[in-house]
Amino acid sequence: MAIIEDQRPLELITGQEIAPANPLGVFARPKATTGWRSWVSTVDHKKIGIMYGVASFFFLLVGGGEALLIRLQLAVPGNRLLSADLYNQVFTMHGVTMVFMVIMPLAAAFANYLLPLQIGARDVSFPRLNALSLWIWLFGAVFFNTSWLLGGGANGGWFNYAPNSGVVFSPGHGIDFYAVGLLIMGIGSTVSAINLTVTVLNMRAPGMTLMKMPVFTWMTFVTQILLVFALPVITVALLLLTFDRMFDANFFNAPMGGDPFLWQHLFWIFGHPEVYIMVLPAFGIVSEVIPVFSRKPIFGYPFMVGSGIAIGFMGFGVWAHHMFASGMGQMSILAFSLATMFIAVPTGVKILNWLATMYGGRIRFTTAMLFSVGLVGMFTIGGLSGVSHAFAPADTQQTDTYYIVAHFHYVLFGGALLGLFSGMYFWWPKMFGHFLGEKLGKWHFWMILIGFNLTFGPQHILGLQGMMRRTWTYTENQGFNTWNLVSTIGAFVIAVSLIVFMVNIGLSYRQHRRNPVNPGPDPWDARSLEWMIPSPTPEHNFDDPPVVEELDEFWHRKYGHDSNGRLVRIAKTEDVVQSGDATGVHLPSPSYWPMVIAAGLPLIGYGLIFSLWWAIPGVVLLIAGMYGWVMEPSTDPDAGHDHDDHEGHDDDPSAATALTDGGSAEGHESSDDTADGAAAMTTEGAPVG
Amino acid sequence: MYEDVEDLEFPDDVHATSTGISNEKLAMWVYLASDCLLFGGMISTYLIYKNRPAEVAGLAGSDKIPSEFFDIPFTSMTSFILLMSSLTMVLSVNAILRGDSKRMRLWLVSTAVLGGLFLGGQAYEFRIFVVDDGMGFTTNVASSAFFALTGLHGAHVLIGVIMLLSVVLLSFGRKMRAEAVEVVGLYWHFVDIVWVLIFTIVYLIP
Repeated sequence: MAIIEDQRPLELITGQEIAPANPLGVFARPKATTGWRSWVSTVDHKKIGIMYGVASFFFLLVGGGEALLIRLQLAVPGNRLLSADLYNQVFTMHGVTMVFMVIMPLAAAFANYLLPLQIGARDVSFPRLNALSLWIWLFGAVFFNTSWLLGGGANGGWFNYAPNSGVVFSPGHGIDFYAVGLLIMGIGSTVSAINLTVTVLNMRAPGMTLMKMPVFTWMTFVTQILLVFALPVITVALLLLTFDRMFDANFFNAPMGGDPFLWQHLFWIFGHPEVYIMVLPAFGIVSEVIPVFSRKPIFGYPFMVGSGIAIGFMGFGVWAHHMFASGMGQMSILAFSLATMFIAVPTGVKILNWLATMYGGRIRFTTAMLFSVGLVGMFTIGGLSGVSHAFAPADTQQTDTYYIVAHFHYVLFGGALLGLFSGMYFWWPKMFGHFLGEKLGKWHFWMILIGFNLTFGPQHILGLQGMMRRTWTYTENQGFNTWNLVSTIGAFVIAVSLIVFMVNIGLSYRQHRRNPVNPGPDPWDARSLEWMIPSPTPEHNFDDPPVVEELDEFWHRKYGHDSNGRLVRIAKTEDVVQSGDATGVHLPSPSYWPMVIAAGLPLIGYGLIFSLWWAIPGVVLLIAGMYGWVMEPSTDPDAGHDHDDHEGHDDDPSAATALTDGGSAEGHESSDDTADGAAAMTTEGAPVG
Repeated sequence: MYEDVEDLEFPDDVHATSTGISNEKLAMWVYLASDCLLFGGMISTYLIYKNRPAEVAGLAGSDKIPSEFFDIPFTSMTSFILLMSSLTMVLSVNAILRGDSKRMRLWLVSTAVLGGLFLGGQAYEFRIFVVDDGMGFTTNVASSAFFALTGLHGAHVLIGVIMLLSVVLLSFGRKMRAEAVEVVGLYWHFVDIVWVLIFTIVYLIP
């Protein structure tokens, strides 16, 4: 932002010329728009979002594999499949992987892809920082998982309590990888959170006030704010732990007076907002899906937004309910117990508003809708069991039992993950230009729903029977046999459902390749701005920034009310969508430097853990990357202003008017535009018609 | 910090923003908000531990606590130097607002020098603690917390100095946008304010 006169790269003081297209003489300015180079150098929020999604799905399989190992070990009493130590590593790695490498980045995938589209922006506010966030997170995640090959994974539980995490009790490198790996991923998340916060505040289309933003954008925005304020706290905790383990500091050194509460408080001040960081994006997705498939606006939009904000605020005031059994004192317990009960109120508001949105609506049970309804049901169960341990006396009984495990899986799997799957089925046509198969999708949904309840439902009972969490095995006559076996069977049903999902992706893609039928810009007859542009989204997003006048702007451009207050179509979809053939669009140019900078961080991490020599190439990469970044203008001065966004896409302008394809998705045939009565212009044309 | 470096650089998107505040400045504000919690965590840690080795009987390790060794007049002087650097920072923003690159550089270099003096004072202070007083990073929980907190602040000052000098280097041969200097200034003032807190909480409050 510094220089006004021109956009040429900076000169050095010596007056030496730097070739603009070849900064530092290392990399040619990346030009590829297809192939792997276009992906590693991209600064396009859509490609970055897709990469977040692909990588986190890979980690879902990793974490899922670990979950299957856990369930296999617990399937029968007295099992010796895993050693006790390996079991500790497996459940710790499962937890950390699912939290930091699956749910959070999967939500980031949707945030990256959709947030600029929903607010009518060209990209995020800092496209290269966006790429940097992705690569830092990805390299951090890979770094964390390499611990399996370098002496074993972390084994302290995902919350890694002190002093068990100290060198005395955990002499291996697993905890080191935990501390450094999470620090690295935290840098990526912080950069991303700042970037997206600024994007929402600053990049909105003309007329889009905050209270006209879609609920998904709002929930993502709240999530980013939570990240901005929660991540530095765990950063402090991890820094202290790193100092302890690597530089002999004493923060958690019990003989010196190191306080185990310090870690618990720092961790949970982060850890509880983290719960909402994981679940609010899914709430946002559901709040987009349910109105579309109920053909009604979201019920109580201001309350939807307000309850999200309230959850965000209150989420910072309830952390110590994770510590009721730690002996922190009656007053603290009372205060946090009350606060925890209060936070159920805004969450309940959301549930009721979703139900009210569906009530009286013309519901289409597509797969996306099924997943959303599944979330409403499953999350309610998780929320209710959550309230049951807001009561401290009950919680003291439940702490560290399988009841807690059941509770948070209902919240994070039944809540977050089902919502994210819903989003995949919903936005797949927008992202990839073809539908995911509805038939297999419904198989996927029902199997995952049944498998999920088989797995985690019985764990409520096991927990109340007294089965401890993190227990490695149990004996035959403790009475845990039956439900553990059921739970293990359920886990494999979930695994099969994920295979169905992958087969669905493969088959849908193959069908699309054989017989490409563009779903059109608005296959679901949807409400928000991203459906105004062709599918898949052209690289430049919007031809012209849409001028927003109302909440659900796109819907209001299609539909109005007649004199009797009934819903009527006022414009054909193809007349209000954009054609996707803008010229003169100036996009930020791709760059390798974000990846170079990010690659330095894991090397520094290995250096801290093993030998500082490893850190040297890491620091060199970091500094060289920053230097190269600074020297390279964010928009290539040699690139023409006429942006060619047709390469690699089949989004020729006629695609915008190629209306519904009928064949590739069965789920949306049921309703039509006359759903609510008299329709002025329904004769043809609506994509869903 | 690389995002800050980028901020100095790229005029690509000079479209009007929804809030009227530029992306770069808003990003700095959000980052600083986040940084508050970083220092908040560190300060809390110090407050929990500052007297523990002396107060709790039977702990392993030395019971030397940082407050025994504070040289308040000396640290007051370095604190004054750091505060004065905020003045020179304001003067440099003022200079570039008037389009005066030369004076902007002068004041930026002054700011960086004052920041450097502060860092030198901190290094000197650390050396006294460690070598003369025998209280190092690993001595006990209080010393660990002290060095971690003040060290974290020192690292922030160091990054600030690097940013200031970067702006000076980048400003040769072209006029900086005033806002670029202002954004660096935001960071610099924040680091100063945090020091006011740390100085009060750590050094002055017994």
